[in-house]
Amino acid sequence: MATMTETPTPAPARPRAKQSPATLGLKRFVFHLVLIVAAMVMIYPLLWMLSASLKPINEIFADPGLIPSSWEWGNYADGWNALPHPFEKYIWNSMVIVAGSIIGNLVSCSMAAYAFARLRFPMRGMLFAVMLGTIMLPIHVVIIPQYILFNNLGWVDTFWPLIVPKLLATDAFFIFLMVQFIRGLPKELDEAASIDGCGYWGTYLRVIMPLCMPALATTAIFTFIWTWNDFYSQLIYLRDVDLQTVPLALRLFMDSTGTTNWGALFAMSIVALGPIFGFFLAGQRYLVRGIATTGIK
Amino acid sequence: MTDNDVAVVRPKQRSSGAPPGPAASAPSPSPERARRRTRASIRTRERWAALSFLSPWLIGLLAITIGPMIASFYLSFTDYSLGYGEWVGGENYARMFDDPRLANAIKVTAVYTFVSVPLQLAAALLLAIVLDRGLRGMAFYRSIFYLPSLLGGSVAIAIMWRQVFGTEGLVNQVLAIFGIQGEGWVSHPDYALGTLIILHVWTFGSPMIIFLAGLRQIPTMYYEAAKIDGAGVVQRFMSVTLPLLTPIIFFNLVLQIINSFQSFTQAFIISSGKGGPADSTMFLTLYLYDQGFTQFDMGYASAIAWLLLAIIAIFTALNFLMSKFWVFYGDND
Repeated sequence: MATMTETPTPAPARPRAKQSPATLGLKRFVFHLVLIVAAMVMIYPLLWMLSASLKPINEIFADPGLIPSSWEWGNYADGWNALPHPFEKYIWNSMVIVAGSIIGNLVSCSMAAYAFARLRFPMRGMLFAVMLGTIMLPIHVVIIPQYILFNNLGWVDTFWPLIVPKLLATDAFFIFLMVQFIRGLPKELDEAASIDGCGYWGTYLRVIMPLCMPALATTAIFTFIWTWNDFYSQLIYLRDVDLQTVPLALRLFMDSTGTTNWGALFAMSIVALGPIFGFFLAGQRYLVRGIATTGIK
Repeated sequence: MTDNDVAVVRPKQRSSGAPPGPAASAPSPSPERARRRTRASIRTRERWAALSFLSPWLIGLLAITIGPMIASFYLSFTDYSLGYGEWVGGENYARMFDDPRLANAIKVTAVYTFVSVPLQLAAALLLAIVLDRGLRGMAFYRSIFYLPSLLGGSVAIAIMWRQVFGTEGLVNQVLAIFGIQGEGWVSHPDYALGTLIILHVWTFGSPMIIFLAGLRQIPTMYYEAAKIDGAGVVQRFMSVTLPLLTPIIFFNLVLQIINSFQSFTQAFIISSGKGGPADSTMFLTLYLYDQGFTQFDMGYASAIAWLLLAIIAIFTALNFLMSKFWVFYGDND
């Protein structure tokens, strides 16, 4: 912007020379200022919640500032023990589902992706199109029969309805992501592996998978975030208090406290957002690449 | 994409005549026939391998996606409710026509989608263009703008939003500084949906990243050529950036419309699962949940699910039809 704001003149060769370094510097400064203000507006609610989780209760709704008058770490202890189980129970339940989902997605989606990207078989094009179609299929269309199915299997109020679909590669988005990635790998590697006596499984395990690490990392991180955040299917399948996960616990907390203990509720919300924030910091590279190559949140 | 793919593969299939496996080089009485046999057996082996690699996905496709889809369609013609159900013909679909709550849910969902998606994409495009200048600190800004879209779907954020827009929440505290007495935004039927729309716009980070990737693809020589021809900033944006970006705008539009028709969590949390106040945040998905999993009227809920699918399909199709008039695919570069 600094160099482009006033160039509709027909003297195109060097509009830049007209600006002294000082004006350029000033423009750049204003530009950054605007961006910083915009960024602050974007994350202010998050900072506000973080600070509210540490404020005394009477201060949360009285002062829009970020610095608490006294640091109430007790909000975290209160929140941790405010529900029928201590909060680690809910974290553990979420973690079990997340771990199962990550393993399921990594194994099943990479297998399907290898077949689509490298093997020749009848109806490949059609099956690939079907796979792409399922990415766009709303979960709401299949949730009721799925519920009936899992209910008949006796799986409602277990973690199975949340993990088994991942073992069966229903998150087709990740198949697509990995197909795109595998197609970018040189085919000569497969041929070299086959000359060295690798079968299809050997090629998949020893050649393709090690090279797919970035795609696998993207898959693992997205699976983590989506499963950790998932509310809809957990709400439907987990009604037992012992099986509640972090999002369900937060909802329970919110509905049960009414308007009393906001500091503790915010504290647990911060706890719930913590892991996502951690993955965001650690795995940003993979997240950005995953979005840029496939275009899904 | 699929057609391309087949086209790429076929010639290879033909030229793979002499596989470098040991069988081809082994001495045999009739090398020609042996080679043909090996080729056939390699192909069969490959098919079996493909089947085994695809088997988890295929089982999932049949048991968890296509099977339930068919079942859902069938259920939409019954009055099924956990364990019981009889064929009622088109009754569920007829019932939709005099269900004012459903009509309201469609309206709420449509307003939400058609207000929030354009705003969100406009914000995403604006920030992407601003950030595309390769400034110092660009990665930092990108991260900050992207963060909300990672967190936005979570219950914790919905809880936060509910308080931020509550009677004594952050928004009203800030308004009070300017001497304005704010409403309890989330508990007012006229404004509750607005807070959800703002929440959706707040998560513009992921389309922004896609726009940024798209902007990278535009060759700088186009800009240089435009500059030489005397085009100013605005003209360069209108005649270079925007046309070349239309495929990506289209892509984001299709994706975001499909997604926002399916929004659930935020409305559920902000309204305590009731779609209130006065059904003002009753999305179709919430109504479906209410009918299917609170009232256990699963037949009617299945019909609603198919209505949702039909609406999404119609808008996606319309999107594709209209794209002919505004999406520019650079044919001659």
